[in-house]
Amino acid sequence: MAKGRFGIYGGQYVPEILMNAVGDLVRSYERWRKDPEFIRELEDLLKNYAGRPSLLYHAKKMTADLGGAKIYLKREDLNHTGSHKINNVLGQALLAKKMGKTRLIAETGAGQHGVATATAAVLLGMDCEIFMGREDTERQALNVYRMELLGAKVNCVTTGTSTLKDAVNATMREWAGRMDDTHYCLGSVMGPHPFPTMVRDFQSVIGREIKEQMKTAEGKLPDSVIACVGGGSNAIGSFYEFIGDACVDLVGCEAAGKGVDTPENAATITNGAVGVFHGMKSYFCQDAFGQIAPVHSISAGLDYPGVGPEHAALSDKGRARYVAVTDKEAVGAFEYLTRTEGIIPAIESAHAVAYAMKYAPTLDKSKIIVITLSGRGDKDVAQVARYKGVAINEQDS
Amino acid sequence: MSRIREAFKNGKAFIPFITGGDPDIETTEKILYALYEAGADIIEIGIPFSDPIAEGPVIEAADERALKGGCTTDMLFGLVARVRADIGVPILFMTYYNPVFAYGAERFTKRCADCGLDGLIVPDLPFEEREELLMPCESKGLELISLIAPTSEERITEIAKNSSGFLYCVSSLGVTGVRSKLGDSARHMIKLAKQAAGLPCAVGFGISTPEQAREMAEFSDGVIVGSAIVRMIAEHGRGCVEPVRAFAKEMKRAIK
Repeated sequence: MAKGRFGIYGGQYVPEILMNAVGDLVRSYERWRKDPEFIRELEDLLKNYAGRPSLLYHAKKMTADLGGAKIYLKREDLNHTGSHKINNVLGQALLAKKMGKTRLIAETGAGQHGVATATAAVLLGMDCEIFMGREDTERQALNVYRMELLGAKVNCVTTGTSTLKDAVNATMREWAGRMDDTHYCLGSVMGPHPFPTMVRDFQSVIGREIKEQMKTAEGKLPDSVIACVGGGSNAIGSFYEFIGDACVDLVGCEAAGKGVDTPENAATITNGAVGVFHGMKSYFCQDAFGQIAPVHSISAGLDYPGVGPEHAALSDKGRARYVAVTDKEAVGAFEYLTRTEGIIPAIESAHAVAYAMKYAPTLDKSKIIVITLSGRGDKDVAQVARYKGVAINEQDS
Repeated sequence: MSRIREAFKNGKAFIPFITGGDPDIETTEKILYALYEAGADIIEIGIPFSDPIAEGPVIEAADERALKGGCTTDMLFGLVARVRADIGVPILFMTYYNPVFAYGAERFTKRCADCGLDGLIVPDLPFEEREELLMPCESKGLELISLIAPTSEERITEIAKNSSGFLYCVSSLGVTGVRSKLGDSARHMIKLAKQAAGLPCAVGFGISTPEQAREMAEFSDGVIVGSAIVRMIAEHGRGCVEPVRAFAKEMKRAIK
């Protein structure tokens, strides 16, 4: 059995043609992640380019309004390019450069990972191609143009459901045809080993900062850490530092779409079954014959039928719990945070906010909740307007 | 000697691939007979999958058509059981791992054996991960066919030494599909595999013309032809049986 297991989950279920490439990546990552020069360069980029550490903001108005636990927001939305994706991308792009690669390819759902990858490619002088489902290029048209401005070629994927999973398929196929000069900069804690481990390591800066900042602000650990889960990179990045702290409740918020009891959802852990897909053993939304299910979420970034293998293991062990949040609740939270704190969250992150809105009032005022705001919501304004039936003047028709 | 090994005894093997249930199960059944009568030495039936990441657009579209038409794993078991007695060459399933896993490896391999299938090719189950399926296969007399690729390098020897049936040699980088040119990488790969083990080596990915088949057969033990046939099925729909038969005869003749 190949390495990279989280309990029974994970592994390297990729076609033979890619095995050498993932093997190379395992070896290179092992070599460079401990290299002082690599660590220094990455820290420099995170601090001086991405803007880390990101703020831990005490949401006083939200706390007062909900009348329960004290709420902090981990502001990944304030990072350069507007989301947590840059943490992972800078790490992988730097590693790819050390490996002698000159070209980055990546899938993207909402476009945040694509924008981050295109940005890192500019910074490090690499070529860049992004694969994005047709449905997502439509609902996230602004991000397509941002990527093109950054010099990336954006390939519109029209196969299958034309969303994130199909973008991953297309990027894997592209990689299988060209790996000499090309690194697949995977955007979440999914895919074959070493991606789930490597992406987690690059994202775990979120949780390390939360712990440090919480110590300064409150002198103790938070009681809950809440984050949205598609593949699950911002969530594992937020959780990882706290896994050993059994008193910290870790909550992942999946996309329930139109409801977990409807066919139109993407709540993988809530509704899925164990399977093997996209290089990993994990939970997947699928039918009785193992066909991957078409999923739905208003959020392009959570519209994915699988989840990272470490989340599957954390769920089985009961170390983290996973809840499902509907489109409607997420849109409600999107508006609520905007009106209450003057912060427009990404529609993905709004899923975590929505759960916190339900959960915080049930807790005592002495309790502390941290919500990871994985990204900013500018990209979602047009989509939310459409959802609400509001005509705005963004010319995308 | 297994029936799969036997298939390589009478000269170079012609191994056609079709997606099961494309355009429908009845036509698939007719194609199976046509391929057998045209001289196929082994027949591969693809279980259609929603997300076939090792396939190019031709087979991906076939999978989509088959699934839209309602094809299921159970229907393909039924199909193999029906034709088994009349088709005197090995029949293999080419399937992604999730349909096997969802069915249950034990239950899936038992049904394979019950309906008379000879083996499985699982493109997203590499050598290092295959143990969980290898044992259920071996206990039921099914052969789990290993793949090697031009990028396999030092892995080739280990894979070749620990495989059975034949080695599925991926001709070039990328996914399945018709290619105008095939590189030299296959020749080198097969040489290494032959040095390591005496297993027959069949080449696949990109072989679409009799000339290419002849060229590949020169240094291998067989050729696998998928996308070229599947494209023909897409073009002719239910009327594909005779064109496919004629094409199969031509390919078989080319490698004699």
